[in-house]
Amino acid sequence: MLILIIYITLFILAYFIYTILARQLKSKQKNSSRKTITFGDESTVTPNRVASVISIAVLFIIWAAFTGSKLLPLHVPGPFIGSTSFSYTAINAQNQTDKATVYIRVEPVGNKTKKPEVPEQQTGFAKDDAIKVGAWRSGLVRVQNNDDGGKEKNYRIIAINDQPITAKQSIAVTNGIVNMTPKGSLSFTPDKGWQMEPVWLPAPETVIERFIEIAANGYQNITLWENIGWSLLRVLAGFILGCIVGIPLGYAMGLNNWFRGWFDPIVEFMRPIPPLALIPLVIIWFGIWETGKISLLFLAALWIMIIAARAGVSGVSISKVHAAYSLGASKFQVLMHVIVPNSLPEIFTGARVALGVCWGTVVAAELVAAEKGAGKMIIAASKFQQTDVVIMGIILIGVIGYSIDILMRRAENFLVPWKGKA
Amino acid sequence: MNKPDNHNANLQIDNLSMTFSLPDGSTVEALKNVSLNLQQGELLSVLGPSGCGKTTLLNIVAGFLAPSEGQVVLNQHPVNGPDAERGMVFQQGALFEWMNVRKNIAFGPTMKGLPEKQINQHVDELLETVGLHGFGNKHIYELSGGMQQRVALARCLANDPDVILMDEPLGALDALTREKMQSLILKLWKETGKTIILITHSVEEALLLGERLLVMAPRPGRIHKEYHLPFAQLGVDADLREVKKHPDFSKIREEILSMIWEMEEEIMGKAI
Ligand SMILES: Nc1ncnc2c1ncn2[C@@H]1O[C@H](COP(=O)(O)OP(=O)(O)OP(=O)(O)O)[C@@H](O)[C@H]1O
Ligand SMILES: [Mg+2]
Repeated sequence: MLILIIYITLFILAYFIYTILARQLKSKQKNSSRKTITFGDESTVTPNRVASVISIAVLFIIWAAFTGSKLLPLHVPGPFIGSTSFSYTAINAQNQTDKATVYIRVEPVGNKTKKPEVPEQQTGFAKDDAIKVGAWRSGLVRVQNNDDGGKEKNYRIIAINDQPITAKQSIAVTNGIVNMTPKGSLSFTPDKGWQMEPVWLPAPETVIERFIEIAANGYQNITLWENIGWSLLRVLAGFILGCIVGIPLGYAMGLNNWFRGWFDPIVEFMRPIPPLALIPLVIIWFGIWETGKISLLFLAALWIMIIAARAGVSGVSISKVHAAYSLGASKFQVLMHVIVPNSLPEIFTGARVALGVCWGTVVAAELVAAEKGAGKMIIAASKFQQTDVVIMGIILIGVIGYSIDILMRRAENFLVPWKGKA
Repeated sequence: MNKPDNHNANLQIDNLSMTFSLPDGSTVEALKNVSLNLQQGELLSVLGPSGCGKTTLLNIVAGFLAPSEGQVVLNQHPVNGPDAERGMVFQQGALFEWMNVRKNIAFGPTMKGLPEKQINQHVDELLETVGLHGFGNKHIYELSGGMQQRVALARCLANDPDVILMDEPLGALDALTREKMQSLILKLWKETGKTIILITHSVEEALLLGERLLVMAPRPGRIHKEYHLPFAQLGVDADLREVKKHPDFSKIREEILSMIWEMEEEIMGKAI
C-alpha cells in the first residue's frame, strides 16, 4: 500500500518535472507535428521514451530503497539494529515487587555476536537479563528463569517500563514492542522499519552478484546456460513440431471443406484450453520428462499455428487469386506463389504468439518437474528460500521472452516487409 | 444489334443468363439473355448503373463464374474456367506485394516455365512500354496508384492474352492520372491489337476508350443500347482533350447520361 502511494507520487512528480523541463526546451525544438487535435487521435500517441526510462529507473529505485541497497544512498528506514533495553517489574510469592532490566542486542540474522553484558551487582529478587534478537525476528526472554523465586506459583510480571501489563498485551518500548505471552513470558520484537527482509526481497546488488556467480559457476552443478539452453531447446522443439503439423493443417482447413468441417470443432474446442491445464493429462500419458514437455509445447503451439495459417488463407483477397489463375497459374502454383506468401504476415503473428505461449508454458512445466531448465532452477532455489536466485531467474525468463519477441519482429520486418502495406 | 458475320468472330457471348439465389430464398437475375460478338482487336467499353451485372458478365467471360444459361466461346472453343488466353486487370489490390515490379510482370511467363533470359528481355520491353523504365526492382507498395495500374497492365500483357478484361481499371485513380492512363490504354490497344472489354463508371471514359460502347440496364441485367464510336480511333494519335471537343462527344455523353439517370430513377422508384 505504502509502495503504491510512493509509486503514484513518483509517477505524477516525474510527469510534472518533465513537462516543466520540456516546456522550457520547446522553444528551441522544431515542431514535428502541426496537428492541433492530439487528444483522441491515437496516431499522435507515441510512447514517451523519457517516461520509459524514468519508469524503469523508478522501479529500481523503489526496489533499492526498500531493500537497503548499497547502490542507493537514500533508503526508507530499515529495521532497528543495535542495543536497547527495557525494564520489567515483577511481583513474587511474598507480594514483594522488584524491578530489573533486560538488555537487548538486535543483529542481522546470522551474525555471531555474544549477548550483551549484564551488570555483576544485582540487588533484589529480580535479576537483569540479556538477549540477542535477529532483525525482523522476535526473541523470547524468560526473565523469571534467573529471578529468585521465579519458578514459584504466584510470581508474575506486572509492568514493563512501569506500565502495567497482563497476558496477551503489548507495550511499546524504545526500538521495539514487548509482548506478554498467554503463559506470562515476555517476548521482544524490535522495530521492523519499512525495508524488506532479504528473504522476501533481496537488494538489487545481491541479485546481480548472484547472477554473476551463477553465470560463472552454475547452480547446483548445472550451468546457467545449460538451464536456459534446455528450456529454449524444448520451446524450439515443441514450436517447430507445432508449425510442421499446424501450418499445413491450417492451410488445408482454409482450402478444403472436409478438412474445415473435420477439424473446426477440435480446434475451436482446444483453442480456449490453457496449455497449463493439459499438464496433468500430459503427465499421465507421456510422463513429465522430455516427451511430456515437448508434447505439451507442441499442443500449445499447434492450435495457434493452425488458426494463424487458416486466417492467412482467408485473408487472401479473391482478386489476387483470380489474377493468378488468369495468368495461367495452376492450383499448386496459386498455393505456392499466392496463398503461402500472402499468409506469411499472419503466420508470423501467430508464430510470435505461439513462441510467447510456449516460453511461458515451458517454465511452468519445469516448475512441476525437470532436471534442467530455467523453471527448475527457480523452483529449486525457492525450496531453499534463495529469493535472490528466484528473482534473478524470473528477470532472466522475462528478458529471454522479450528477446524472443524482438527477434521475431526483426525476422518479420526482414522476411515480410510488405506487411501492412498492401 | 449482333453483327451478322459470326464466323470469324473472336469472342462470342451466347445468350448468357445468370441467376443468383440469395440465402433468403429469393433470386437475382444478374444477367438475362446477353449476346455479343467481338472481333479480334475490338475495344468494347461497358457502362451501366450499379448492379446491372457488368462485373458478373466480365467474371463469366474470365471464367470465374459459370453462367446459369448460355456460353462464352473464344476462338471456337468454349470457356470453362480461367486461362492465360484471357487476361484480367482489376481495379486495385490484385498485384502481389511480396514480389517486386519485375517479378509481378514476369508472373505469367514464369508460371509457364519460359526460359529466364527470354522473360527478362520481355519484362524490360514491357517496363518501357508502360513507362516504368527503372522501376523494375521497386516494391509494389513503393509505387503510386497510377504506377501500380501500369504494372497490372504490363503483367497482363506479359502473358500475351487474346482478350484483356478490365473491371474499372482506373476507378481508384485521380482525374489527372486517369487521363494519362486512358491514353496509355489506347496506345497499348493500338500497338498490341488486343481485344479489350473495359468496364467503367465514367461515361466520358467509356466514350473515349470504347470503339464500341455497351449500355446495360438492370433487373434483369441486359444490353440496353450499343454505340459504335469514332473517338477511340481519334484518341490514338491525338490529345484526349481535343477529342472531347468533337461535336458529337458531348451530345452522346448527354444522351447516355440521361439514359443512365432514368434507369437509376426507375430502380429507386422500384425500391420504394
Ligand atoms: N455472388 C453473388 N451472390 C448473389 N448476388 C450477386 C452475386 N454477385 C452479384 N450479385 C448480384 O448481381 C447483380 C449484379 O452484380 P454486379 O456486381 O455484376 O453489378 P455491377 O454492374 O458490376 O455493379 P457495380 O457497378 O456496382 O460494380 C447485383 O444485384 C448483385 O447484388
Ligand atoms: Mg462491378
